[in-house]
Amino acid sequence: MKYVNHEEVAAKTKTRLTKNTILKGVFAAATSFGLIVLAILLYRIVTQGSEYLSFDFFTSFASRIPENSGIKAAIQGSIYLMLVVAPVSMFLGVGTAIYLEEYAKKNKFTNFIKVNISNLAGVPSVVFGLLGLTIFVRFFDLGISILAAGLTMSLLILPIIIVASQEAIRAVPNELREASFAMGATRWQTILRVVLPASIPGILTGSILALSRAIGETAPLVVIGIPTILMFTPDSIMSTFTALPMQIFDWTKRPQVTFHDVAAAGIIVLMGLLIIMNSIAVFIRNKYQKRY
Amino acid sequence: MAMNEPQISVQELIAKKSNRGLLAFTEKLIPKILLLIATVSVLTTIGIVFTLIFETITFFTEVNVFSFLTGTEWYPFANSTPTYGILPLVVGTLKITAIATLVAVPIGIATAIFLSEYASDRVRRFIKPILEVLAGVPTIVYGFFALTFVTPILRSIFPEIAIFNAISPGIVVGIMIIPMIASLSEDAMSSVPNAMRDGAYALGATKLEVAIKIVLPAALSGIIASTVLAISRAIGETMIVAVAAGSTPGFDWDVTGSIQTMTAYIVQVTTGDAGYGTTIYYSIYAVGFTLFLFTLAMNMLAQFISKRFREEY
Repeated sequence: MKYVNHEEVAAKTKTRLTKNTILKGVFAAATSFGLIVLAILLYRIVTQGSEYLSFDFFTSFASRIPENSGIKAAIQGSIYLMLVVAPVSMFLGVGTAIYLEEYAKKNKFTNFIKVNISNLAGVPSVVFGLLGLTIFVRFFDLGISILAAGLTMSLLILPIIIVASQEAIRAVPNELREASFAMGATRWQTILRVVLPASIPGILTGSILALSRAIGETAPLVVIGIPTILMFTPDSIMSTFTALPMQIFDWTKRPQVTFHDVAAAGIIVLMGLLIIMNSIAVFIRNKYQKRY
Repeated sequence: MAMNEPQISVQELIAKKSNRGLLAFTEKLIPKILLLIATVSVLTTIGIVFTLIFETITFFTEVNVFSFLTGTEWYPFANSTPTYGILPLVVGTLKITAIATLVAVPIGIATAIFLSEYASDRVRRFIKPILEVLAGVPTIVYGFFALTFVTPILRSIFPEIAIFNAISPGIVVGIMIIPMIASLSEDAMSSVPNAMRDGAYALGATKLEVAIKIVLPAALSGIIASTVLAISRAIGETMIVAVAAGSTPGFDWDVTGSIQTMTAYIVQVTTGDAGYGTTIYYSIYAVGFTLFLFTLAMNMLAQFISKRFREEY
C-alpha cells in the first residue's frame, strides 16, 4: 500500500524546483555583476595608467605635456590634508561618542543630537563644500588653504567616526566599568583607563576607513576652489594646495586622450593609498579587537 | 623590618591621597567639555542650513522666487538676459537618479537575496569584503570609468548617444549604490528569524518560495529604507555626473544627449571664474539648498519607514 504517490509529488514539485534553480542562477549572476565591474574597472585603470607610472611621476609637478606630468604637489597636498583631518575629526568624533555613550542622559536633547548625526551623514558632500566655502574660506578668512579644506573634510567624515566610535565603546562590557568603579575610580578615570583602551582598536579601524573616504573625496575641494595646477608644494597649513583626487579630476576633464592615461596613473596611486589604509584598518581589526 | 619608618594610618593615607578637590573639579568639567564637542555636529547642521538660507535669500533679492521654482530655462551664463529656472537641473538630476535606481535596485536586492538565503558562509565571507571595496571606490574614479569606458561602449552599440549623456553616468551611479542597497537589505533579511524560514520549509516550500514569500515581505521595510537612502545618495552624487554627464541643462526626457544636474552645476560654477558676489555665485546656494531639501526629505523618509514599519520578532 502506498501512502504517497511519488510520481504526482514529482510532477508537482518539478516546476517549482526548476524555478528555484533558475532564480538561484539569476541571483548569483546579479551578485557577480558587482565583482565583474570591479575587476574590469581595476584592469582598465592598471592597463591604461601603468605606462605613465614611473619614478618621475611622483617627483614632477603637473604640466601641459602629458609625458612630463606628475603628482608631486598633489600627493603632498593630500598628505598635508590628512594631517589636519585625522586629529581634528578624531578629536571631535571620539569626544562626541564618549559623551553620547558614557555621559548623555536619555532626554530630548540627546535624541536630537543622535537624529542630527544620522541626518548629517546623508548630506551630499558638495553641500559640505558650500559650507566650507562660506564659513571657513570666507567668514573665518582662512582662504583656499589646507586648514580650510581640512576642517571641511573633518566635518564631512565626522558622522562616520562618531558612529564607529559609538559602536566600539558600546562593545566594552559593563562588567569592566563596574570593576573599575568598585576599585574607587571615578567616571572619567574609568573612561580614560578602561573604556578607551578597550575600544581603541574599533575606534582606529572606523577612523582609518573614514579617512580613506576623505582622501578620495573630490566635490568639497572643487567647491572650495583649490587649484589644479600648482608648481610648488605646501609649506604650512595656511598655504594653498592641490590634492590627488582634484588632480585626477582635472586630467579626466581634458579633451586630449593622453591625459586620460595620466589620470589613470593618478588613480592607480590613489587606489594604492586606499588599499594600504584599508589593509591597516583590517589588520588592526583582526589583531587587536577583542570579543568579550 | 624597618621599624624607624614613620607609621601612617590608613585614614591619613586616604586623606593624603585624595586631592578630592581637583578630582571633583575635573569630573565636573569633563562632561561639559564633551558636551561642547558633541554640539559641533549640531553646529555643523545649523551652519549648513543658515549658510544655504542666508545666501539663497540674497539670490532671491535678484531673481524672482516664483520664476526660479517654475522656470523651465536655465541659462545663467547668457550675456543679455540670464534666466534662472531650476526645473531643467531638477529634471537632469531625476534622469540620473531614475537610471541609477533601475540599475541598482534589481541587482542590489538580488545580491542581498543571494547572500542572505543561498550563499554559504564561506561565499558570503568572500563576497562581502569585495562589495565593501566597490563601495569605497572614490566617486572621481567612477566618473573616469563612466567617461572613458562605459560611454565608448554605449556609443559603439548605440551611435546616436553623445559623448556626454545621462545613460552612462546614470548606470555608473547605479553601480556605485549597489553595495549600499545589497548590504543594508542583506542586514534586514538576515535579521528575519530562522523559525519563520523553518516553518515554510516544513510546509514543503522551496528556497525561492521562502525567499520571495517569507523573507522578502518580512524584511520589506528595511529593503525600502535602504533603497530610499541609496536614491538620496544618487541625487547628491557629484563627481560622476560632473565628469560624464555634460553641462547642458534641458527640460526634456532625452537621456542620450548632454544634460546637467544640480550638483554638476555647482561644480561648473566653482571651477569657472564667476566672481564672488555675482548672481551666478549666489545661484549655487539656491541650487545647493534645493539639493539639500531633496536629500533631507529622502533621508527622513528612510528613517520614518524603517521606524514605522519595522516588524518586531
